[in-house]
Amino acid sequence: MPRDLRSPGGAAGRAASPVLLLATLSVLTVASVVLFLTVNARGNWGFILGFRGTKVAAMALVGYAVAVSTVLFQTITNNRILTPSIMGFDVLYRLIQTVLVFQLGSAAVAGIDPRLRFGVEVGAMVAFSWLLYRWLFSGGVRGLHLLMLVGIVFGVLFRSLSGFLQRIIDPNEFLVVQDRMFASFNRVDAHLLAVSAVVILAVSVVIWRRMKVFDVLALGREAAINLGVDHRRAVTLVLVLVSVLVSVSTALVGPVTFLGLLVANFAYTLVRTHEHRVILPVAVLLGILTLTGGQLILERVMGFNSALGIVIEFLGGIAFLFILVRRSAR
Amino acid sequence: MIEVRNTSKSYGRTIVVDDVSITLPAGGVISLIGPNGAGKSTLLSIISRLLPMTAGTVTVDGMDVTTTPGDVLARRLSILRQDNQILARLTVRDLIAFGRYPHSKGRLTVEDRGHIERVIDYLDLGAVAHRFLDELSGGQRQRAFIAMVLCQDTEYILLDEPLNNLDVKHAVAMMALFRRTADAFGKTVILVLHDINFASCYSDRIVAMRDGRIAYEGPPEAIITTDVIRDVYGVEAAIHEIDGQRIALYFR
Repeated sequence: MPRDLRSPGGAAGRAASPVLLLATLSVLTVASVVLFLTVNARGNWGFILGFRGTKVAAMALVGYAVAVSTVLFQTITNNRILTPSIMGFDVLYRLIQTVLVFQLGSAAVAGIDPRLRFGVEVGAMVAFSWLLYRWLFSGGVRGLHLLMLVGIVFGVLFRSLSGFLQRIIDPNEFLVVQDRMFASFNRVDAHLLAVSAVVILAVSVVIWRRMKVFDVLALGREAAINLGVDHRRAVTLVLVLVSVLVSVSTALVGPVTFLGLLVANFAYTLVRTHEHRVILPVAVLLGILTLTGGQLILERVMGFNSALGIVIEFLGGIAFLFILVRRSAR
Repeated sequence: MIEVRNTSKSYGRTIVVDDVSITLPAGGVISLIGPNGAGKSTLLSIISRLLPMTAGTVTVDGMDVTTTPGDVLARRLSILRQDNQILARLTVRDLIAFGRYPHSKGRLTVEDRGHIERVIDYLDLGAVAHRFLDELSGGQRQRAFIAMVLCQDTEYILLDEPLNNLDVKHAVAMMALFRRTADAFGKTVILVLHDINFASCYSDRIVAMRDGRIAYEGPPEAIITTDVIRDVYGVEAAIHEIDGQRIALYFR
């Protein structure tokens, strides 16, 4: 059996590889960040580092939030082709953007204090998910699949609403709305970064203390209950954490649906263990690496100044199809 | 002692478990038998708090399963359901180590490691302990899952059709192991079985269910009879006593 040869010593033989993997990925990520900051830098270093540093910080936060939220969401749903976007998060973001522009006009929207807008966006998205879970879990209806179905239905509702508003909106305003629908790291507000970092740090503290619980949740509902985990409470907590992370990253740069799918599945392939304390850091590093490396190639090598989000959606879509085809082939 | 009092479970108008009351004493091997849809698995899931009941109470050593904290119960009672699909990449040893989670919350002590190695030996899984679950045969997987539950080292061990996927040799070995677990360590093993004769040869008590109710209960001598089997399953079975074991012949 060839697979036996790969891990001859059992636990001892595999113990070294996660460390090596994490070290390699860390080096690659740091290298990619440094390259992004310095390649083709001409002129005032203070300005360049400040300008690019903001972008890098945004990419690091978004990469972190998207990777962690996707891995945790897949852990509680026991499904590796789902992302939190199935719950209708990014369409809700689109709806909020559209409603804002529709009601107030693009000039007024641009004039709002970005921190206020950020707070409203994150607050609305978290409140929506919290209400959804609360309603579903308290009404005697249980089951994650129902929850996801309801999420999909809400997604359709939000999409139709914003589609309707976009049709009756002023054409010039529509362009503004459309521009906000794609993720872009070029228009991040530096003030928001600090706020996002604090929120993400707080969420991370909660997550870090529950790594072992996530390992158990990955065994499925029945096994988790058998091992004494309060499954309903644990899942609700994860869903709230996920909604906070997704909201922050979406409000920061816009929807990046497929990035999570991409990095989570790549992380599972690289990591040959079930432990979240390895999977999560690997996924985070992959997320940051993909964003900074991708943006680097896009901006400096290919000379584009377009949104990386579009490329990620494209690649992520292909990866999604690939995973689907491979699963059905088995 | 597990006490089930006036317990019912219904989905809408369909009643799956119908006002069941039964006391299962501690110690020994207890088998739940009955035709498909009799409510055996549902009753087992209710006892092990995997499924909320519509009415009634279940207590395990005096602890109400609906109100007792999950981790307290997890040190007293373990449950293994039928199909266990796991996506995570787990080796057999990783899976078995999860059985210690209720005791050490994931930080394995020397004592935990001792338990894990003993169970691996006990179930003869040493040769495949480092293999990933998706590389195993159905029977090996099934044994790995049973090993996890045994590693949990609980007073009560509930297993839903544990002989699924096992060939005759491993099925016999597994039943002998349950018998030994009950005799040598004083555990209570409660099984849902489809094979009447396995139930007859290895159980101290048999509980026969039909239509969501308990139809009969008692020692194998009282349950493995032509009349009871006809009443529960609706088949004619000739009962033969061979070497002191009651064997039901219903194959033709």
